[in-house]
Amino acid sequence: MSQLPLSLHIPEPKARPGQVPDFSGVPLSAAGAVPRPAIDSDESVLRRYPYELIRVLDDAHHAVGDWAPALDTDHLLRGLRAMLLTRTYDERMVRLQRQGKTSFYMKCTGEEAVAVAQAMALDSGDMLFPSYRQQGLLIARDHSLLDMMCQVLNNRRDRLKGRQLPVMYSSRASNFFSISGNLGTQFPQAVGWAMASAIRGDTRIAAAWVGDGTTAEGDFHHALTFASVYQAPVLLNVVNNQWAISSFQGIAGGERATFAARALGFGIPGLRVDGNDFLAVHAVTRWAAERARRNLGPTLVELVTYRAAPHSTSDDPSAYRPQAEAAQWPLGDPIERLKQHLIATGHWTEQQHDALAGELDDLVKSTLKEAESHGLLGTSEHDPDSMFEDVFKEVPPHLLRQRQQMREG
Amino acid sequence: MSAMNMIQAINSALDTMMQRDDSVVVFGEDVGYFGGVFRCTAGLQKKYGHHRVFDSPISEAGIMGTAIGMGVYGLRPVAEIQFADYIYPAFDQLVSEAARLRYRSGGEFHAPLTVRAPSGGGIFGGQTHSQSPESIFTHVCGLKTVVPSNPYDAKGLLIAAIEDDDPVVFFEPKRIYNGPFDGHHDRPLTPWAKHAMGEVPDDYYRIPLGKAAIVRPGRRITVLSYGTMVHVCLAAVAEAGIDAEVIDLRSLLPLDLDTIVESVSKTGRCIVVHEATRTCGFGAELVAVVQEHCFWCLEAPIERVTGWDTPYPHALEWAYFPGPARVIKALQRTLEA
Repeated sequence: MSQLPLSLHIPEPKARPGQVPDFSGVPLSAAGAVPRPAIDSDESVLRRYPYELIRVLDDAHHAVGDWAPALDTDHLLRGLRAMLLTRTYDERMVRLQRQGKTSFYMKCTGEEAVAVAQAMALDSGDMLFPSYRQQGLLIARDHSLLDMMCQVLNNRRDRLKGRQLPVMYSSRASNFFSISGNLGTQFPQAVGWAMASAIRGDTRIAAAWVGDGTTAEGDFHHALTFASVYQAPVLLNVVNNQWAISSFQGIAGGERATFAARALGFGIPGLRVDGNDFLAVHAVTRWAAERARRNLGPTLVELVTYRAAPHSTSDDPSAYRPQAEAAQWPLGDPIERLKQHLIATGHWTEQQHDALAGELDDLVKSTLKEAESHGLLGTSEHDPDSMFEDVFKEVPPHLLRQRQQMREG
Repeated sequence: MSAMNMIQAINSALDTMMQRDDSVVVFGEDVGYFGGVFRCTAGLQKKYGHHRVFDSPISEAGIMGTAIGMGVYGLRPVAEIQFADYIYPAFDQLVSEAARLRYRSGGEFHAPLTVRAPSGGGIFGGQTHSQSPESIFTHVCGLKTVVPSNPYDAKGLLIAAIEDDDPVVFFEPKRIYNGPFDGHHDRPLTPWAKHAMGEVPDDYYRIPLGKAAIVRPGRRITVLSYGTMVHVCLAAVAEAGIDAEVIDLRSLLPLDLDTIVESVSKTGRCIVVHEATRTCGFGAELVAVVQEHCFWCLEAPIERVTGWDTPYPHALEWAYFPGPARVIKALQRTLEA
């Protein structure tokens, strides 16, 4: 018998810098092609969904198929505004970082529909367990921009007292859980929160977000196990933006199966949705939320999108992917697509859009002016004593002693 | 009052708290219908229902992650890790999440969870059912670490832990579940029923975290210990006829520095005894704080009596375990120095 030498497979993306972008491996479905199942459909009916792509907006910008949600124009315009505000905010915050006024920033450019449409499809009382690229959740919930900016600036008005890296927001008032820099930890926490809500006979549900890269973390799988076992009322979202810093989604296991298909082994519905299609994201989120509210259990949602931005202000994607990739992304840009839909349906014009963009730019600028008046990172005075607070509810004796030592220098 | 062993006292603490506070939920591997492999949760599911006492998948990280979520919601979860040796998969959730949540959210979110885990050896459990990992958790800012040494304390401390708004890791030395094991493995175990600390109130009471107990007053040397080793130290002191002051720390973090300093300032000598491995064990911290606060009172170097820096060897358990003979030698050396 001949002895075949073994060889190890190391996944590689289809295109690297200098090569032509190639998304031929991304499974797509035509808009409207995937039927909307009843929320109480049997698992056997839902099994095909991880390999479909739920889309509503077609190339002519019309909403087609039975996933097309019946949303009034005001709702859509609010969504458009929140997405545009998110993008405007991001651009301004990156400039702030480039000016040396803060240390770090992370944009969600190209992914705005994920957070904005999902926040709008959920109830304001539902608890959100985000990752670091869902600032659109806060914006869609009308959270104060000033409050967000002050966190990014770590200034005197930062409610997190200068303790967290910029963008690691937290807001109990907006039901937005404290963001962790350790990836995926929020997934089982969201399941636990949802279990608690069910234990108490509450009506609120939970939702959590991770990226494609983080699906490789154990916590992703622990969350699915617990969500499945206890049929927790939770939405578990995977934002597949194709890139985890420099690692393409194949390094997380995306070459062999879709991320939505991770749900199959747990008997959980796994829906794969066009993440740049505001209407599709909204509809899928509503479907999953309704299931959860009716005690029908959790849903795993894979939102297929593209990280048009660098991973963070510390990253340079030109070192690992073709520069033209974002422009070649087959699912387009979420803001442009919703805008064109509203224009196509006669509810919006280019002029109105430009006016809105100008208005939001002014809003962000004036809010930032106010935020900067409360100090910049490194130049504002947080009371050093505050370092010892909130480690525990009460400052224990050993921290009181250390605080005294610090004061004495 | 009832005669209780430590298992019954822990069960009573859980029962008491579940009765008083409907936000207390108990979950972990095998804790539901069966009542736990050590029976600490026996009867609770029947009494309080499946929604408040339930089995979890074999996933310590999942247990900890979901417990945090439940705590954030507003419940007071008491999660059982079946053996302390199995706690490591939950480490990230404990260290990066439970411990830091209050801090990183500016005080807006916190997870008031209690993690119970049977710890320590002397039961022929081998290296995966015998560890004492407490010092790993005391190194993490934001966690409280508690190790009771008897049924009375176990109930009062567990109630305090459940009521605490910070995450508490509660190690239960399983060798003393049934009686105050003094290290003489070749002798019959005295049951808790014959021990004063085996008399446990049936009702609510709490022992504050951060208060040590002087379990034997003395004048010549201070013995700092906790958990199973408290009884080994008491036996050693009695057998050697030494007028030692034995302190049961009970809570390692917060640590009752005042009681330690007062005692060592009086005796001028100190040994530190724990079952866990030595290097960077909690004894290292104790030696450091004693020399920081009592250096000019010390008449002799501080000795550590600990488990060796090896995994817990199954067949050589008693060569590993720091029994009374080793404690007596350390006491004598320190007194003679």
